[in-house]
Amino acid sequence: MPVTLAWASLRRHGTRTLLAMLGVAVAAAMLLDMVMMSTGMRESFRKLLLSRGFQIRLAPKGTLPFDTDATIENASRIVRILRSNPDLAAISPVLGGTIHIPRGDRVITSSALGLDPRVQGDYELVSGKDPLAPNEIAGNADFIRATGARLGDTLTVASGYDPQTREFSGARTLVLTGRVRFLYGAAHQRAAAMQLATLQKMSGPERADDASLFMIRVRDGVNVDTAFNWIRGRVPVVNIISTKSALDQVDERLRYFRQLAVILGSVSLFVGFLLVTTLVTVSVNERIGEIAVMRAIGISRAHVVQQIVLEGVAISLAGAFAGLLLGLITGRYLNGILSSFPGLPEAIDFFLFQPKSAWTALGLLALSGIAAGVYPAFRASSLPIATTLRQEAIA
Amino acid sequence: MTVVQARGLTRNYSFGREVVHALCGVSFDVPAGDWVAIVGPSGCGKSTLLNLLGAIDRPTEGSVVINGTDVARMTDREATSFRLHNIGFVFQRFYLMPTLSARENVELPMAEAGVSKVDRNARAKELLTYVGLGHRERHRPSELSGGEQQRVAIARALSNRPAILLADEPTGELDARTGAEIIALFGQLNRDGTTIIVVTHDEELASAAKRKIHMRDGLIVDGDR
Repeated sequence: MPVTLAWASLRRHGTRTLLAMLGVAVAAAMLLDMVMMSTGMRESFRKLLLSRGFQIRLAPKGTLPFDTDATIENASRIVRILRSNPDLAAISPVLGGTIHIPRGDRVITSSALGLDPRVQGDYELVSGKDPLAPNEIAGNADFIRATGARLGDTLTVASGYDPQTREFSGARTLVLTGRVRFLYGAAHQRAAAMQLATLQKMSGPERADDASLFMIRVRDGVNVDTAFNWIRGRVPVVNIISTKSALDQVDERLRYFRQLAVILGSVSLFVGFLLVTTLVTVSVNERIGEIAVMRAIGISRAHVVQQIVLEGVAISLAGAFAGLLLGLITGRYLNGILSSFPGLPEAIDFFLFQPKSAWTALGLLALSGIAAGVYPAFRASSLPIATTLRQEAIA
Repeated sequence: MTVVQARGLTRNYSFGREVVHALCGVSFDVPAGDWVAIVGPSGCGKSTLLNLLGAIDRPTEGSVVINGTDVARMTDREATSFRLHNIGFVFQRFYLMPTLSARENVELPMAEAGVSKVDRNARAKELLTYVGLGHRERHRPSELSGGEQQRVAIARALSNRPAILLADEPTGELDARTGAEIIALFGQLNRDGTTIIVVTHDEELASAAKRKIHMRDGLIVDGDR
């Protein structure tokens, strides 16, 4: 019976109920977005780091991967040391650089990665084949679009370019063999991949044995921390980063984001709570006489309380479900804006939808709905029947 | 058999330091099948007396025994349950649930009492037919006239077969012709065995009752047994 009465009460002022639900929906959307943002970036980054199974990264001392132009010298020696440990299943040295491609009267500039295509963890092949030969190159969609090249075309690629004299240095002729998608690339960033040795030679003698990054995959069943400590003992000249320590650093950098998300999410929840409390209180005040009569004819306090709390929960949950949809739409839209921030990997999601986020938002809103109904329910159930009826009669 | 036995009923209200004596030791009995009209000027304590008889207020002193149970000493929960099963209320302003149909309004106390849906549906139809609204069971209160709404309220009050029917100014919001129909309905109810206690200013309603109790200044001045 409380369900029937609660439903009847909500239908009575349908427009008002609908508006309140929309208000809650907006608050719920904001809450969901904030919950998604507070956990989504970390989770998204974790998935990205582990997407190709590399658990350890070596960067130049004092830096994060590709944070600066600094490189690690004696890369081949480090590879030899690492390969001496049978627990390390794959080692992928990577050198970052910039390349220039003359196309007619234009010069296309792009970032480039020198790597071992057989064990790399930086890109996915979309079409064609990996650049397995020293004279091969693979590019992403932006690179291919900018150069206007097709798979199989030959490109002149240089590592240096002087715009004053229009002279190129370190030039090579490379065949475009594949179209790839870089996992860590920023949106609309042109990028290409070639063999590590090719880029090292193009970059000149000072970078002939350099690498910007080593990516290491530990053999199945081997403790990552053990491998981490082994590398730290053997290769002290680098910054060793495990997935955990990378996530810790991300956490540190995202701390303000999360604090902002918690504050805005709390404000949304509180606004939703106030909205529902106000609506249910107004509704109870309007039908105080009816409630007194219900009590007089024998409706129990418990059922009056249940009815009114149900009204609050119904508004909150209906608004919450609409808000989840709205939150997903706005989250996707905002994600599109934030993901195009320069320098950030395009694959990072700021608003990652996780079922846990939705359940958390729904649970918080259901609790706030119950809390919103408590005061008006208490007021309604504790009103003195005779006095209320008398006041209603006088009114 | 006595259905209602009121003894020494006193009800005081405190407003700051001032104490208002709404009832000052009222005693009377109502036998089964009686129809009593409580009359008197405004503020004489009629409604206060009705509230005490209906267990929606507690006396400062005295007792109200209904069918052998002293309702003045009940807890709130006991009183609520007692009202549900033993007392039918009719109010001046009908107070039907506006979004429920006439039948659903009549079913409300039965639903609270745990009557099955089939049984309460049948009983609600039976009661609505009894009060002359069998053809309007699906209508909402806003689609009914004042007299029809009061008939629905009477059907609701009778739904759990109460020992007594208490009515507070049941014709107060009705025109004379509709009021006369309600008075006739009360007469029919009483002839069919319902014990009725009604508080009213309506002379015609009071005259239709079997017995009048006149009150003044919180006391019964005429008509008590």
